[in-house]
Amino acid sequence: MSRYNRHIILSEVGQVGQDKISNAKVLVIGAGGLGCPVLQYLTGAGIGTIGIIDFDVVEASNLQRQVLFGTSSLAKNKAIAAKERLEDLNDSISITAYPFQLNYQNAIDLFNQYDIIVDGSDNFETRYLVNDTCIITNKPLVFGAIYKFEGQVSVFNYKNGPSYRCLFPNPPQKGTVPNCSEIGVLGVLPGIIGSMQANEALKIILGIGDVLSGSLLFYNALTSKVSTLKVNRNEAIIQSILEEKNNFYNKQININCEIEVLEVSIDDIISEENIQFIDIRESHEQPKIENIKVSHIPLSQLEHSLSKINSDKKKVLFCQSGVRSKRATQILNELNIANCFSLKEGAIVLNNYTKVSSNE
Amino acid sequence: MFITIKYFGQIAEITKQNEESMEFSGRLVSELLDILYSKYDALKSKDFQVAQNQELVFDNTEITGSEIALLPPFAGG
Repeated sequence: MSRYNRHIILSEVGQVGQDKISNAKVLVIGAGGLGCPVLQYLTGAGIGTIGIIDFDVVEASNLQRQVLFGTSSLAKNKAIAAKERLEDLNDSISITAYPFQLNYQNAIDLFNQYDIIVDGSDNFETRYLVNDTCIITNKPLVFGAIYKFEGQVSVFNYKNGPSYRCLFPNPPQKGTVPNCSEIGVLGVLPGIIGSMQANEALKIILGIGDVLSGSLLFYNALTSKVSTLKVNRNEAIIQSILEEKNNFYNKQININCEIEVLEVSIDDIISEENIQFIDIRESHEQPKIENIKVSHIPLSQLEHSLSKINSDKKKVLFCQSGVRSKRATQILNELNIANCFSLKEGAIVLNNYTKVSSNE
Repeated sequence: MFITIKYFGQIAEITKQNEESMEFSGRLVSELLDILYSKYDALKSKDFQVAQNQELVFDNTEITGSEIALLPPFAGG
């Protein structure tokens, strides 16, 4: 087939290698900054069966780096939007979109349907779930993670190699390591790291080269420096995960978007008097709320701006969509600041609502 | 002993440099960490692993190598 000619003419791949690629089944966790380039290259390469799991929707702020999406993808589920784009790229393979959250109840069954798992998730809860499920289902894990200008790549659970827990046994305390949406990322960085993940997946499938198992690669986009760290398998840690298998289905995943905080709707509070509205968006974000009194405390400044919080009033925190305000409310809860609520609706709805109220 | 310490991610932000070199007269990783904790208070609240000559080491490991690295986990995707 002429589509794969540039692979087949490589003596290291050939028709035999291309057939291996066609027979491979790869599940990609997250169709975000890392997942997009991974999916783009694996689809182009002709991986026969690809699964994409992501519960999130495409936002304008994703387009700077999530290369499968365009303005026509906005507000669509990422797994579904990615599948649409990828089917145009290669209509001879099978792509399945799973537009829901990976959790302890569905992970084992899902992973069992694939040969290789590629992790492009954006939170530690999911990363440890993916790692542990790979141990339990005995699947190789192509790991990639990014922070601002730096990236990490490795292959775990490959031919009795180490797992992610052999490197970092337990997740860091919640809220201590920010993700891209909280702190920013240079758009090209996940393109580089995701492409390296796609490369590792193809080497595993083809059985060529040296798979990045047993070492963690660090890449710094600002210095263009690469460092590696040797990682050894820790048998005790891996055994402890295998022993957890029977308890797996009873565990609950609790990623940042599903933080347990008190939420309120505009309808519930609009008639109340004693409320401090707190806009936790960054100063450049639109629309500004004009018709009600609002305190501006960007999420990035929150912990240093506690003096602006009125202890006598009910605090209603809002952001663009109700996600970051949950995180901000959680931070205040952890600081024992009482009477804080996250507004379910975002700033746009609040702005429309207050405009209407002031016109009445 | 003259050692070079490399910093990554949030750790490099706290120390405001990608690496530094210093004279170390102690013996164990934990002693080096105590020096770094007193120099950079914010390090205490961070999760990271320590590597010596590209291999993971623990608090009670003796420092024999010339290159130490402080490696935090990254979550982003």
